[in-house]
Amino acid sequence: MADEIREETKKGLSRRQFLRGVGAAAATATVVGAVAFRPKTDEPKQGPKTDLDAIPGAVPVSLKVNGKTHQLNLEPRVTLLDALRERLQLTGAKKICDMGNCGGCTVYMDGKPIYACLKLAVDSQGHDIETIESLAPEGKMTPLQQAFVDHDALQCGFCTPGFVMSVNHLLKTNPNPTLDDVKQACCGNICRCGTYTRIFEAALAAAKARKGAF
Amino acid sequence: MAGWNDRKTSKYVGQKVTRVDGPAKATGRAKYTFDIVLPGMLYGVMLRSPHASAKITKLDTSAAEKMPGVKAVVTIAGVNSTLRYHGQEIAAVAAVTEELAKDAVRAIVVEYEKQPHSVRTEMAAKIADRKDAQPSMIPEGEVADALKSAAATIEATYSVPIRLHTSLESHGSVCKWDGDALTTWCSTQAVHGVKEGMAANQGIAQDKSHVICEYMGGGFGSKFGPGVEGSVCATLAKKAGAPVKLMCDRAGEQLATGNGPDGFAEVKAGASADGKLTVVKANLFGTGGNSSRWGLEYPYIYHAEKRDVSMTGVRVNCGSQAALRAPMHPQACALTEMMIDELAYKLNMDPVEFRLKNQSSQLREAQFRMGAQMIGWDKRNMSPGKSKARFVRGMGVATGKWGGGGGPGSQVQVVVNSDGTVLSKVGTQDLGTGTRTYVASIVAEDLGIDIDRVKAMIGDSALGYSGGSGGSTTTASLAPAVKTAAQAARAQLFAKAAEMLSTTPDSLDARDNKVFVAADPSKSVKFTELCARLGAQPIVANGQFDGSLQQGGVAGVQFAEVEVDMWTGHVQPIKVVAVQDCGYAINRLAAESQLIGGVIQGIAMALFEGRKMDEHTGRCLNPDMENYKLPGPMEMPEIIPVIYDTHDKVAGIGEPAVIPTAGAVANAVYNASGLRIRHLPIVPKRMMEAMA
Repeated sequence: MADEIREETKKGLSRRQFLRGVGAAAATATVVGAVAFRPKTDEPKQGPKTDLDAIPGAVPVSLKVNGKTHQLNLEPRVTLLDALRERLQLTGAKKICDMGNCGGCTVYMDGKPIYACLKLAVDSQGHDIETIESLAPEGKMTPLQQAFVDHDALQCGFCTPGFVMSVNHLLKTNPNPTLDDVKQACCGNICRCGTYTRIFEAALAAAKARKGAF
Repeated sequence: MAGWNDRKTSKYVGQKVTRVDGPAKATGRAKYTFDIVLPGMLYGVMLRSPHASAKITKLDTSAAEKMPGVKAVVTIAGVNSTLRYHGQEIAAVAAVTEELAKDAVRAIVVEYEKQPHSVRTEMAAKIADRKDAQPSMIPEGEVADALKSAAATIEATYSVPIRLHTSLESHGSVCKWDGDALTTWCSTQAVHGVKEGMAANQGIAQDKSHVICEYMGGGFGSKFGPGVEGSVCATLAKKAGAPVKLMCDRAGEQLATGNGPDGFAEVKAGASADGKLTVVKANLFGTGGNSSRWGLEYPYIYHAEKRDVSMTGVRVNCGSQAALRAPMHPQACALTEMMIDELAYKLNMDPVEFRLKNQSSQLREAQFRMGAQMIGWDKRNMSPGKSKARFVRGMGVATGKWGGGGGPGSQVQVVVNSDGTVLSKVGTQDLGTGTRTYVASIVAEDLGIDIDRVKAMIGDSALGYSGGSGGSTTTASLAPAVKTAAQAARAQLFAKAAEMLSTTPDSLDARDNKVFVAADPSKSVKFTELCARLGAQPIVANGQFDGSLQQGGVAGVQFAEVEVDMWTGHVQPIKVVAVQDCGYAINRLAAESQLIGGVIQGIAMALFEGRKMDEHTGRCLNPDMENYKLPGPMEMPEIIPVIYDTHDKVAGIGEPAVIPTAGAVANAVYNASGLRIRHLPIVPKRMMEAMA
């Protein structure tokens, strides 16, 4: 997993340069964008209802998140993370470093963990996105989430969703992990309160409780 | 007043209790300030100074105001304002999206006249006027004589770096006006501090200022007031006529919301052959950033027969310091413990025995003995630097002290409804220490009911006054007030039960969701039945601080074992044993987590953290999480947290937990490798330089 994230990081690091380019182009694209790219919504189209519908340069973006398809009107420079958090209110993924260092924004794209802060929403179209909200849709925790609670593997809790996503993916791909496997799987995540060792305990306990069956 | 519950019979209090908000955090449902999205909400973005020292000669926001989606622009600095550090706030924009707000910030025209700056403590200290330093109380000759007659002496300079809090949730807030009333969601460790601060800076009455902080993503001492970012957010919201969210971006967070000061110690010290610290002469200096407030205790907890210490705080063109988890103690501890350790080795004495000869606390002595036994101190490296092996292991030790304890001011209300639901209401925030959990568990314990029956309502100024979370005083201040409220509710409940059971309230006890006659448990009434009798008169019980339930003053000792790769200079922590007194631990699980967290932050200080300033440009080189190093999973040792039981009063543990680790790790590096690295963090480069 760590390698996958690093791979994503390499690809994604051009984002800042990309943003700079868009900033310069925004002025010329403004008029065209507002007229040509109307948002696709189920609502009757009677002109912009809110300021968010009238963002210059915005384009229609279709995101499949947690099995549901959402039609959004976003500027091409909007990250997947911001789209999830600010537009879809899926705020489990956190914005912390915003540069692919901390793993707080970890989501799955087509089943693999990625940093949502390094992925543009427009580039996420046509992919299956899963956020931490998909793990316990009815509010009932998964055994792994229960293990996080039981082992007190969270303090302020801000990094927790990212760690849960990393460990959850590990257990899917490696049902009998060693302590080292768990550490490797969480390599892309940073915790500041200092809860790492509790997280390792929770991950190993959850794996053991399932006896290898995930 | 009843004391804290007997751990032999209690169900929750004094036991290991999982967090009541654990599920919300583990599922991502917990809503932090950063997660608030309100209808029509705008996004605030800050313009910050690119210079360490400059005068603003032009500031023009007119183009920014006309940018698409922009609803408000406010200036914080003006023409002729002097900017004193990289990252200082200049102006802010609110727009319909964060991206548009960033565009507008870029469109603000600022011209600067750069001025000379100084950003590095050691360079500033060279030219600093040290006349403010405390004058020596001991004649020069006496110190020189003591050094001359010492059996072992050292003369060395030690330093610890400036550390950045790096709270994962940055500083910031969401502000919403309704007429002249302001609601602020704020990531804070002082709900009421923000309430009062916002009222003051917005010129409104305190009863018009409502602050909410249900969850917050770390503060570590840096989040007490609204901050510039909070005040500006409220002003933007007022000007725009819409709610605004303004969270600092990572660079802003690292540059301008506080930092933990550095420390330099130029020391001459001596000890007698029997292990007495006879003399310490030290010139200490460090920086509070854009303030010269700086100071620490030296040689920390140790007694020196002759002590001559001068202290200078220098001002640099960097953001101001803020309290950082046990302010100045980890610095004082590491600067002292490295020196003490060096003297012990010079004397050829067991470093533990040398420490014990120069401190007087029996509690600490017992902690030293216990920790030494647990880590296997007698198996430490007896000949540091002699091994030819590539991988070498060693052990080190250090000790800390802290105040803690509590004080009055927290209002608590416990409500028992006729349907059996129970509310425990406090204004206090939970920093991740487990506040919400004991606000529920203390009430559940005393009412004899399951903890999930109790809804802890916290983090809201409307729930009653409470103090800020600083000095590890939250639990020692709040828990006694929760306890008195729980006891008052219990008394009312027992009065009702006594009527039903035809007995007297003092003959009753409560457990397993029942109130029963203590001498004859068959005579009982279910909690829910009892509540049903309350009818239109729910129980409302208030609590206040009870000083007899708390006590300050704690000690801690930590032992660290590390492995050093002598070919690469890499230091891998292997094991840390942390023995810490915190009085009565209300939740032993959360207390242990605090202790583990302290150790990990201490490892970070020893081996990783450090803000880097560029003297030439005056800019910070690592205001991010890429180049500001924090330890990750691979760097974690085995950590053994030991809650050392002393008395039955609550003291607090958050801060003492972090104090000894860095010193212990640095000393372990010496024991393993024979290399005395006197400047933290001990990165491979410093190890390689020492080997060369």
